[in-house]
Amino acid sequence: MKPAFSVIFLTTLLGAGQGLFLALFTHQTYALFGLLPMQSDAYYGFGSALAMLFLGGGLIASFFHLGRPERAWRSATQWRTSWLSREVIVLPAFMGVVFLYGVVHVFGYLPVIVTLPSGLVIDLSIVIGTLGTLLAFALFVCTGMIYACIRFLREWNSPLTVINYILMGGSSGFILAAFFSATYAPSETDFFVGWAIIITVLALAGRAASLLRNARLKPKSTMQTAIGVKHPYIVQRSMGSMGGSFNTREYFHGKSAVFLRVIKPAFLLLGFIVPLALLALGLFSPALLGVAFILQYLGLMAERWFFFAQANHPQNLYYQTIG
Amino acid sequence: MTQLALVIDLNVCVGCHACVTSCKEWNTSGSAGPLCDERPYEANPTGTFFNRVQTFEIGQYPHSETLHFPKSCLHCEDPPCVPVCPTGASYKRKEDGIVLVDYDKCIGCKYCTWACPYGAREIDEKQQVMKKCTLCVDRIYDMSMPENDRKPSCVKACPTSARLFGDIHDPESAVSLAIREEGGYALMPEWGTQPSNHYLPRRKTKLKIHKDELERADNPLKVDGQLPKPGKGESTMDDVSAW
Amino acid sequence: MSSTPLHDPLAPPVADAKTEVKNTTCYMCACRCGIRVHLRNGEVRYIDGNPDHPLNNGVICAKGSSGIMKQYSPARLTQPLRRKQGSERGTGEFEAISWEETFSILAERLGKLRATDPKKFALFTGRDQMQALTGLFARQFGTPNYAAHGGFCSVNLAAGMIYTIGGSFWEFGGPDLERSKLFVMIGTAEDHHSNPMKISLAKFKREGGRFISINPVRTGYSAIADEWVPIRPGTDGALMLALIHEIIALGLYDREFLVRYTNSGQLVNLDAEHDEFGMFVRTEVAKEEGCYDPQNKLWWDRNSNKAVVTHSEGADPFLLGEFKLSDGTPVKPAFQMLQDRVKDYTPEWAEQITGIPADTIKRLAHEMGITARDQKIELPIAWTDTWGKEHDTITGNPVSFHAMRGLAAHSNGFQTIRALSILMTLLGTIDRPGGFRHKPPFPRPIPPCARTPNHPKAVQPNTPLDGMALGWPSDPDDLFVNEDGSPVRIDKGFSWEYPLSVHGLMHNVITNAWRGDPYKIDTLLLFMANMAWNSSMNTSEVRKMLVDKEEDGEYKIPFIVVCDAFHSETTAFADLILPDTTYLERHDVMSMLDRPISEFDGPVDSVRIPVLPPTGECKPFQEVLIELGTRLKLPAFVDKEGKRKYRDYPDFIVNWETAPGSGIGFLSGWRGKGGEKSIKGEPNPNQWEMYAKNDCVHHHVLPRSYQYMRNWNKGYLEWSQRSGITRYAEPILIHLYSEVLQKFRLAAQGKSITRQPPKHLAKRIETFFDPLPFYYEPLETQTTDKLKYPLTALTQRPMAMYHSWDSQNAWLRQIHAHNYLYVNAGTARVAGIGDGDWIWCESQWGKVRCMARYSESVEPGTVWTWNAVGKAAGAWNLSPEANESQQGFLLNHVISEELPAQADGKRFSNSDPITGQAAWYDVRVRIYKAEEGEPEQTSPQFEPMKKYPGMKEHPNWLAYFGGKKKGGAK
Repeated sequence: MKPAFSVIFLTTLLGAGQGLFLALFTHQTYALFGLLPMQSDAYYGFGSALAMLFLGGGLIASFFHLGRPERAWRSATQWRTSWLSREVIVLPAFMGVVFLYGVVHVFGYLPVIVTLPSGLVIDLSIVIGTLGTLLAFALFVCTGMIYACIRFLREWNSPLTVINYILMGGSSGFILAAFFSATYAPSETDFFVGWAIIITVLALAGRAASLLRNARLKPKSTMQTAIGVKHPYIVQRSMGSMGGSFNTREYFHGKSAVFLRVIKPAFLLLGFIVPLALLALGLFSPALLGVAFILQYLGLMAERWFFFAQANHPQNLYYQTIG
Repeated sequence: MTQLALVIDLNVCVGCHACVTSCKEWNTSGSAGPLCDERPYEANPTGTFFNRVQTFEIGQYPHSETLHFPKSCLHCEDPPCVPVCPTGASYKRKEDGIVLVDYDKCIGCKYCTWACPYGAREIDEKQQVMKKCTLCVDRIYDMSMPENDRKPSCVKACPTSARLFGDIHDPESAVSLAIREEGGYALMPEWGTQPSNHYLPRRKTKLKIHKDELERADNPLKVDGQLPKPGKGESTMDDVSAW
Repeated sequence: MSSTPLHDPLAPPVADAKTEVKNTTCYMCACRCGIRVHLRNGEVRYIDGNPDHPLNNGVICAKGSSGIMKQYSPARLTQPLRRKQGSERGTGEFEAISWEETFSILAERLGKLRATDPKKFALFTGRDQMQALTGLFARQFGTPNYAAHGGFCSVNLAAGMIYTIGGSFWEFGGPDLERSKLFVMIGTAEDHHSNPMKISLAKFKREGGRFISINPVRTGYSAIADEWVPIRPGTDGALMLALIHEIIALGLYDREFLVRYTNSGQLVNLDAEHDEFGMFVRTEVAKEEGCYDPQNKLWWDRNSNKAVVTHSEGADPFLLGEFKLSDGTPVKPAFQMLQDRVKDYTPEWAEQITGIPADTIKRLAHEMGITARDQKIELPIAWTDTWGKEHDTITGNPVSFHAMRGLAAHSNGFQTIRALSILMTLLGTIDRPGGFRHKPPFPRPIPPCARTPNHPKAVQPNTPLDGMALGWPSDPDDLFVNEDGSPVRIDKGFSWEYPLSVHGLMHNVITNAWRGDPYKIDTLLLFMANMAWNSSMNTSEVRKMLVDKEEDGEYKIPFIVVCDAFHSETTAFADLILPDTTYLERHDVMSMLDRPISEFDGPVDSVRIPVLPPTGECKPFQEVLIELGTRLKLPAFVDKEGKRKYRDYPDFIVNWETAPGSGIGFLSGWRGKGGEKSIKGEPNPNQWEMYAKNDCVHHHVLPRSYQYMRNWNKGYLEWSQRSGITRYAEPILIHLYSEVLQKFRLAAQGKSITRQPPKHLAKRIETFFDPLPFYYEPLETQTTDKLKYPLTALTQRPMAMYHSWDSQNAWLRQIHAHNYLYVNAGTARVAGIGDGDWIWCESQWGKVRCMARYSESVEPGTVWTWNAVGKAAGAWNLSPEANESQQGFLLNHVISEELPAQADGKRFSNSDPITGQAAWYDVRVRIYKAEEGEPEQTSPQFEPMKKYPGMKEHPNWLAYFGGKKKGGAK
């Protein structure tokens, strides 16, 4: 597949935004149970605003992927069958909830909804945060399933795709949260760094697992099934057009095998190893957390590029040779 | 229920591309049109076509075959491109099974093409909506046309009549007969998409020559004395065998 | 959300559109299918095949379906253009002028030439389908220097077959695939010819026929062959002779057919001392000299064991044996001569030459022979032969053949095609069901009656040429030569160098005129022929010749006029450009006087009727000729007072007759005052309207008894004579043994009473004018270092493009934007060439840089490419960066129009020594990888062509919608 930059931005920005929100609400939940000191409402509020910034960036990027963005609203209609349609519904819902979450914190509008028998006081922000958490995961699932549900793209057609979207988004969000905390509430940084390390290690494991899986994939479709002729030697001599077509533009990344060989270790390093190292160092130097986030973000863009580029569509069998 | 489809006979397709451009010319000025072309007179001209003829070589010289292979939307019975569409622009008609794009709903997200293993859809890069073979739905029901013309443009054009058109759910239709009797097959059956379009394989006619067919009593060489009988004086076994 | 579609796919895309359907004839190639042009609000919305047309039965090809893109192409010329004063020819600096000025320039210049030396004017045309008119114009002008593209196309096929069986392939005849069981296609490119072949081939395969393709390359039609027999290019003659050898050796020939319908049994004089050596013995001198075979030859009758006049009642000739006439003259039947000839042409011998295993050759012969013999067809059709014998049935031997330029475009092509015709004859398949069938006006006498003048005095100032510019020589006295034997024609056609050049040698015109050999000319008028590009051999040099000057600064070819509808490479070299219309904008006729579209069952001719008004100031070339002919006062176009005779071309077509009152004109349908007559009859003022009402086609279906055996079919021949199609109703015996060729050989041997060749050409004539087919290596190959240049390079025309015509076509050029050199993968690997690599392809004449493409469908000793996809930069109004010029290439740069110089410094044309057929496919090349760092661009490159006044800008986007839909999709 040809990686589209709109989709690379869309998925990485959303992932970071979702992860950041999850990190913030995780913190609030810890605090609710008294495991961490509750932070100021401004902290959660501004954190949510930062998450909104990323989510908004993702949303804007998504429009660049559409040929007819003015009709984008139509894409909410097919939620019964289309993961893309579901994403289109879940994304604004999630953004709305994050927005509300931020608003109630910033304005301190935190009426108690219920007090549990254990004495735990559930205020509005907790309810909204829980809803936001559910929607964040739902959005991860939608995004992941957009890719994972396409059975023709076998590199994607795996639960690992969804899991990795969650883990990489989480990793990115928690590192962002760590950086955010280092600036706003330095005392809480270690909490986020600790979780970030755990999630990043898991993300690395998940991504490595998918790389290993994909390396062992054998194409299900072959030249033989594509044209229905049984012979070990079948070569295309002409794809029927010489100046390119949608099929050549959408499905071939056009980069050399060398480029692909370089980008894989590059994204593993930038997206996972380097951030982990910086996170470890970051315990001592908060500024490095910002660097860690930026480098990881670049790494995840490379990862996403590779994610698309590695996916080999069966239609490519029909588009091998200009002649 | 009706399922309209094409059956493409690779046994007679000579790769002339008539189906490619007759499709383009009908549809660019039809309900799917225009089908835009980018850089039409410059380097790398590229436009939207519903149908392409490709060429494959099978085997190695001298045991090689050249196969011309027309490819368009296969109008799958269970089209994977339809459920993934977020807007409902991609749909399959109940009445005849034709898979269509509603150009007024399409947002050009290209997601449907990911869900087509055959590469049968091409975006119109100018209008930014997805386009594909319509089986000339705007011809086949057009009662203002003579009945003979009410078929897809490619089918009408094809000089070798390598393209049959009809209802594959009607067991007695010409297309069903062809699939049944001439070995019609589906592309990439491994995906379970149940393409409605089928392909007919190459069939070879051979001539078996028996050795005795080369020796005939009425060989004309005899008439001109070129297959002579032995001369009267020549010796035979008859002369020397006495049992 | 409603699931009903917003876009109604069944709704008419343009509300209240005004629609019309007009019939005419396609011209996207030379096939001439009937088309229906669908107009919406005056624009072309759709072009499809006319289901009621006999040629294409409603189908249409890729080109025909893309006619819209030709009509609205930005490469169209729209105004007469004159080279700017002071600009150099070839630089493309033009100014628009009026037609009036154009005609006055032409009339003045040509008028002077006609009044002084008409042969200084040369008119050569491409694949124009109006040779009857262009030929008439040239003849009326008085110049011998006229021909069309046949000399560089397939004249060997026309001549080789017509000099043998009185007919040929394509328009002239073809395989009867309706009833054939075995079909052998040899050396046929992708699409030659187009839809009728596709229609019948598919039907043939569906009905279980067996299809064998013999070709170095397996594409197009060959792709669907049941068996592909790869052959080395230029060796088809060896294969044909070996097949003949095997068929004769096993007695698989149709003896009865040979006896009655060919000259197989006729006795050849073998007295080496006799003036008539190698000629048939004649009983008496024919009463009338004419273009027919007098029935005055002898057989050696098996029953009476003596010589008798052929076809004597009750006689049956020996086909084999040696006999002595009563006067002691040793004689042999022609068939015996053939057997002697092929004795050494064994399959094993042919294997060495063709690369086809001997066993395969034998099997092919057996398949042909056995199918012909054992699957006979008997049609219950009674007919009478020319000797008066009545037959109850018509027999067919269902083996058929088709061949084209693969056989023809070699310098040994004529003899190869003679051999093919003889093979078809041995199998008894001529004009019989399931075999080869003629299309009227064929069969014609061997050779046909038309003759060129045979002396230079036929060319006189202000006088029409005394004879046809092109004809069919029957002996050396028919050659068009000066007293000293030198050529009268600029292309040296009908001279001792290329005696049977029945279509001329257009490919040598520019070189000859530039060199002044045989003489210089003044004005060269080219119509629809891309002589500065793909229609010339040695293109790079020819382009230089076109701009080369004398010492006095005058161009060596002083004035060049080009008529074309498009911005072709050749237009850049014009001094005057005449903008032609497209086929949708003009009247045209596919005339019986030219190359009609007849069917096996009878004559068919057709017309084009304009569907659209001319674009800009475009004017059909026919109108230009009529106007010019009128202004020049050529007798055919003016009355006795010198006044205009014809208002315009349609008027000319209706009213012109071959001779006053002859009743024969350009169109054969709806003749007679009320349109009641067919083939022959008075002019009908409403003829065009009647064609228009009848699908633009006239099909005269013959009675079934006239549809077969027409060389000897009394009923048919008498009908043909009465209809003015043929002059005689005499039998047209197949020339297994060619006396025509023997007459030239005798002349060369100094034995004849006819003219004799100049000394330096005698050996050449003696060698090649063999009355029986023989194999020789192509002439260029003979002079090439085959170790250095181990490969043969070929071109083919793809099905989706017609020569150079379609790179300007936005749809078709997406299919063929540029071309590769296809190389057998094994051959390429040995040469260290990877798939897609940039390589050089080099002959002894030049080299081109191009891209290689592996193929398993090409014989290892052959490389090939699509013809004429490569273009000069900027030509056809493509951008100079277009693929056609940057990645596309023209093989012509490595092909010479002449053979290497003789010892005397003279150069023969790179052509068949008998017919002058351009030997495109004789060129030998080597290939090697381009150096690292060389530009990834084809070579040679030329200065990009400029756009001319009146040409459209080309858009970055094309969103064609015929008939004004606003805005496209919502």
